[in-house]
Amino acid sequence: MIPGEFEYHAPSSVDEAVALLERLGEDAKVLAGGHSLVPAMRFRLALPQHLVDINRIDGLGHIREEGGFLVIGALTREAEVERAPVVAERYPLLADAARVIADPLVRNRATVGGNLAHADPANDHPAVMLAYGATMVAQGPGGRREIAVDDFFVGLFENAMKPNEILVEVRIPAPGPGSGGAYEKFERKVGDYAISAAAVQLTMKGSTCAAARIGLTNVSAVPMRAHGAEEALVGKEPTADVVEAAGQAAAAECDPSGDLRGSEEYKRDITRVLVKRAIRRAVQLAGGGAA
Amino acid sequence: MSKHAITVTVNGEQVTKEVDARTLLVHFLREDLSLTGTHIGCDTTSCGACTVHLNGTAVKSCTVFAVQADGAKVETVESLAKGAELHPLQEGFWEMHGLQCGYCTPGMLMAAKELLAHNPDPTEEEIRWGISGNLCRCTGYNKIVEAVQYAAAKMRESREEAAV
Repeated sequence: MIPGEFEYHAPSSVDEAVALLERLGEDAKVLAGGHSLVPAMRFRLALPQHLVDINRIDGLGHIREEGGFLVIGALTREAEVERAPVVAERYPLLADAARVIADPLVRNRATVGGNLAHADPANDHPAVMLAYGATMVAQGPGGRREIAVDDFFVGLFENAMKPNEILVEVRIPAPGPGSGGAYEKFERKVGDYAISAAAVQLTMKGSTCAAARIGLTNVSAVPMRAHGAEEALVGKEPTADVVEAAGQAAAAECDPSGDLRGSEEYKRDITRVLVKRAIRRAVQLAGGGAA
Repeated sequence: MSKHAITVTVNGEQVTKEVDARTLLVHFLREDLSLTGTHIGCDTTSCGACTVHLNGTAVKSCTVFAVQADGAKVETVESLAKGAELHPLQEGFWEMHGLQCGYCTPGMLMAAKELLAHNPDPTEEEIRWGISGNLCRCTGYNKIVEAVQYAAAKMRESREEAAV
């Protein structure tokens, strides 16, 4: 299948790309890795009049720790995240996710920024960044601005950026002492979207869970945090009962639709199980006790 | 709509052609350059039959526009054999029966080539991981894994011989 016709633009700087978006308005789409957009164009689900290809812009492909953050350029390929030593050593939640996004060939091309900007609740990075409490950096005609991840996903395939803004960077707060994280994804086969997945990032103080953020994948129309599950966990020792209560809270507050991947009931229960597993592993990595 | 003159080095040979913006790399290779070794299996970025190397990285060429390859180096399955001499991967698929219908083979070869470039001595698990973006509906994958193991061993041997 061949995509519909469009005008192709290949700016060499973010400023140039923003100027193009400003001029072309809503008829333009940003082309990053293209592994959501190009399939959608082949099926004519997306028919942009203009593509602004940002792949020829230098300086958007970095991944490094800087000023208390892991700073990831929006064009960083998933395979680069997967191979980055800093991620393997210090960001286990992100490392988990990087291994299970689509398949190795897709990860060679797909980008972190694209995965987030697409705002698809079935994508893996939204839940991960919700759990990390990351910050999105968007650049528009007026310069750069920061958007907290909690404010970034506003609808199905809809993010908080303006049509003339480009996502340029993601900033993950560096985990402090006693922290751990894990991503648990359940999929039918490699390359499929998750039936459900849970991203957990938490901090232990002694045997108590002092802080926790939990994101869920593909069980809601908008990427979501499991606030109820977080509340069930924070301030408590993660005993089997507490972890079960957190799992049940997540199962209750998510909003999955029944489809070929499973019924609503099934997805809720899988979510319960995945949240529990992710909490247990995160607690272990944090050097915590019981769970 | 927009047409673009692109210059791409394909299997070591520089070519310049005019393409529509919407022309996918796989169609450019197959239809404009008659390099039909690269297959189209699914059209949904799932099967990996269209895998080629773009600047040394294995990608699904059905999900990249040809215009994006302007200035790049592309290698297809046709780059593997040197005349009558098969690449160790091709020899491995031949010797270990790594194919039945052969439709997925070009993509498997190109994905495996990238895997071995990063990891010359992969475990069985790492091979299965490395080809997990490529679907085969015939072999059940076991023979493909053996073919890649064969190639990995052969490539290590020739490197050792060269080092001596």
